[in-house]
Amino acid sequence: MDTLLLSRIQFGANISFHILFPTITIALGWVLLFFKLRFNKTGDQKWMDAYMFWVKIFALSFAMGVVSGITMSFQFGTNWPGFMETVGNVAGPLLAYEIMTAFFLEAVFLGIMLFGASRVKNWVHTLATFLVAFGTTMSTFWIIVLNSWMHTPQGFEVIDGVVHATNWMEIIFNPSMPYRFVHMMLASGLTVAFLIAGISALRMLWGDRGEAVKSTLRFGIITGAVLIPLQILAGDMHGLNTLEYQPAKVAAMEGNWETQSNVPLVLFAVPNQETRSNDFEISIPNGASLILTHKADGVVPGLNDFVGEDGEILHPRVAPVFYAFRIMIGTGVAMLLLSWGGAFLLRRYGAGEMPKLPLLAFTAMSFSGWIATLAGWYTTEIGRQPWLVQGVLTTKDAVSDVPASMVLSTLIGYLAIYAVLIVAYIGVITYLARKATKGEPFSNRRYPRRGEVNIATLQPGE
Amino acid sequence: MDLFGDPAVWLPWTFAALMGLSILIYVVLDGFDLGVGLLMPLANDDEKDRLVASIGPFWDANETWLVLAVGLLLVAFPPAHGAILTALYLPVFVMLIGLILRGVSFEMRAKAPLSQKAAWNGAFFAGSLMASLSQGFMLGMYIMGLTWTLPHVGFAVLTAVFLTVGYSFIGAAWLIWKTDGDLQQHAVRWAKGGIWGLILGIGAISLATPFVSFRIFEKWFSWPEIGYLSPLPILSLALVGYLWWKLRRLPFVDDRWAWTPFAAATGLFVLAYGGLAYSFYPYVVPEQITIYDAASAPESLMIILVGTLFVLPAIAGYTVLSYFIFRGKATELRYD
Repeated sequence: MDTLLLSRIQFGANISFHILFPTITIALGWVLLFFKLRFNKTGDQKWMDAYMFWVKIFALSFAMGVVSGITMSFQFGTNWPGFMETVGNVAGPLLAYEIMTAFFLEAVFLGIMLFGASRVKNWVHTLATFLVAFGTTMSTFWIIVLNSWMHTPQGFEVIDGVVHATNWMEIIFNPSMPYRFVHMMLASGLTVAFLIAGISALRMLWGDRGEAVKSTLRFGIITGAVLIPLQILAGDMHGLNTLEYQPAKVAAMEGNWETQSNVPLVLFAVPNQETRSNDFEISIPNGASLILTHKADGVVPGLNDFVGEDGEILHPRVAPVFYAFRIMIGTGVAMLLLSWGGAFLLRRYGAGEMPKLPLLAFTAMSFSGWIATLAGWYTTEIGRQPWLVQGVLTTKDAVSDVPASMVLSTLIGYLAIYAVLIVAYIGVITYLARKATKGEPFSNRRYPRRGEVNIATLQPGE
Repeated sequence: MDLFGDPAVWLPWTFAALMGLSILIYVVLDGFDLGVGLLMPLANDDEKDRLVASIGPFWDANETWLVLAVGLLLVAFPPAHGAILTALYLPVFVMLIGLILRGVSFEMRAKAPLSQKAAWNGAFFAGSLMASLSQGFMLGMYIMGLTWTLPHVGFAVLTAVFLTVGYSFIGAAWLIWKTDGDLQQHAVRWAKGGIWGLILGIGAISLATPFVSFRIFEKWFSWPEIGYLSPLPILSLALVGYLWWKLRRLPFVDDRWAWTPFAAATGLFVLAYGGLAYSFYPYVVPEQITIYDAASAPESLMIILVGTLFVLPAIAGYTVLSYFIFRGKATELRYD
C-alpha cells in the first residue's frame, strides 16, 4: 500500500475513533444541564442521582475526545501538509475560532463543573454546566463549518494555487452547512438517547428499580422517539442538498450508474466497479427517483457521468459509500421502530414494568448511535473522493511524502491503542452501571434546595 | 520595524509572538501536569490520589494551550507547520500516544474497577513519560535544524532527558505549593533530586544554540547585544541559586514561601524560552523559513487577530477564575 492510502486509513482511523466521543459529549452536556435544572426545580434526589451517574460517563468521554482530538490537529501537518498550504487561509481562521471560542471554554469550565460543586455556589455550578454544553456545541459549529466548506466551498478565489478568502459570510454559511450541522446535532442527540436508554435498561435487567434509572429510561426512550423522525427529515433534506452540489456522491449512494429517469431504489446489491453495474440487485422500481426528485420519472445522475474522457474516474469508490449509506439507513430504521415501540410500552406498562424483551433490545442498541454516525460520516467523506476540497484540491495532492513504512507502523500503533481504549471505555461504562445497580451511593453530600443555605459548604477556617 | 505599517510585516510578527506565548504557557502549565505524572512511581498509594487531585481541575485546559500553539502554527505559518511536523513525524506520534494515555488514564484510574487501578497508574506515568521525552527530543531536533544526523539525534536524546527531569522538577515545585504534610516533604525531596535536569537542560541548550549557526552566535556575542542580553543568564543563575538555597529550608511553619519554588521554576522556564526565541527569530523553521515567508495571507490573519483580541482576555479571565476556585491545598477530587 502507498503513503496516500495508508494516510487515508490512518486519518480515517483517528477521526473515526475521535468522533465517537464528541458524539456523546455534545448532547450529553445538554442532558446533564437538563438533569441539573430538573433537580434545581424539583429538589428530587433522583435527578441528582441521574446527574451523578452520567457526569462520570461525560467526564470519561470528554477526556477520550480531547486526547483523540489533539491527534488530529497534528496530523494535518504530519500527513496532509498540502491541505493547509492550499486552503489554510480559509481552514485556519475556522480552526482558530474553534480553539479560542470553544476548546478553552469547555476545558476550563469542565474543571469547575466536575470538581467545583462543593466550592462554588449552586448557580455558578449550573452556569459552568451550561458553558461546557455550549462550548461543545460551538466546537461542533466551527468544525462543521470547515467540513461542509470542504464539501461545498464558496466565498474564495484562487491566486497562484492558494485559496484566499473573499467573503466570510459565504464561507461560514456555505450551502451544506445548515443541513450538516442539524444532521450532526441530531445524530449526537440520538446517540445519547439510545446510550442512556440502553444503559438504563441494562441496569433494570440487573435488578435496579430505583427512581433514577426509571426516569433515565423514560428520558432516553422519549428523546429517541422524538428525535428520530426529525433526523429522518433532516437527512432527507441533506440528501437533496447533496444531490444539488455533489451529484457523484448521491449516484454512489444510490448505486446508480447511468443518468436516467425512473431510477429504482436499490435495497441491496454488490456494486461492481469493473463492469460498472450492480450484481445481485434487489430494488423497488422508481424508488430513488421518487425520493430524490419526488417524481416517478425524475432524472437521477449516474456514476458514468463522472468519468473523464481519458478514463480517469472522478467519482468515489462506489462500494464503501453504497454500503455505509445502507448501514446508516438500516440503523436509523431500527432506532425508529425500537424507540416508538418503547414509547408505546412506556404508555402501556410504565418504565418500572417494562418487559424483559424490550429492555434487552434497548441494551443491544446502546451504541447504535455510534454505528449510524460512523456510517453516515463514511458516506459523506468517502463520497467526496477523489476530492479533499470539492473541485479545489484532490486528496492525493495534499498528502505528505513521508515513507509508507512510517505511516504503516504508526497506524498499527494507533489501532492497537484505540482497540485497548475502546474496550476499556465500554468496560468502565458497564462497570459503573453495575456499581450503580448495587446501589452504592454516588454522593453523601446533601444538596440544598433552591433558596436553602448550604451550611456544609462553609469549611472550617474559611 | 514600523509596527502599524505594512500588515505583511507586523501581522506575522504578532502571530509569532502569540504562538510563542502559547508554547511558553503550555510548557509551564502542562509541564507541571506532566511532571506530576512523572512523579507517580515515587509516591505511595494515598499520595498518588493527591498527586492526581492537584492537577485534576486544570490539566485539560492546560493541554489546550498545545492545541492553540499548534493551531496558530497551522493557521499562521502553514508551510512551516508541514515542514516541522513531517520532519518530526515519529516523535510527534510518540507524544500523541503519550498524551492519549495520560489523559485517558486520568479518568480511568478513578472509574475502572480497583483491580485495574495500578495498571492505569502505570499508564498515567508511561503517558507522561512518553509526552515529556518526545517534547524534549523535538526541542533538541528543532535547535539542531530538524535534520536527522547522528550527532543531532544524540543531542536531542540529551534534551529529552533534561526536559523530562526539568518537568519532574516543576511538577515537584507545584506539589510543594499545592500539598502539605508528608507529601509536601516528599515533594521537596523530589525537587532537590530533579533540579539538575533543569540546570543541565538550560545549560546544554544555551551552550549548543550559538554554535549551531554563525548567525545565532553573532546575535549573542557582539557588542552591544551582549550587554542587553546579560540579564538573561545572570537572572537564571540567581534563580537557580535561590532554588538551591530555598529547597534546603522548605517547608516552613505556616507554609510560608511554599509557592516560591514554583514561581522560580516558572521564571527559569520563561528566561530559557526567551533566550531561545531571541536566537531563532525571525526563523520559524531554523535557518530555512522565516515567519515572513511562511505567513498566511494578511486578510486571514487579520480575521483571526480580531477574534483573538476579544477572546484571549476572556480565556485569561476564566482561567484565572478556575485557579482561584481551586486555590489552596489540593483536596480529594469529588464530583459532588
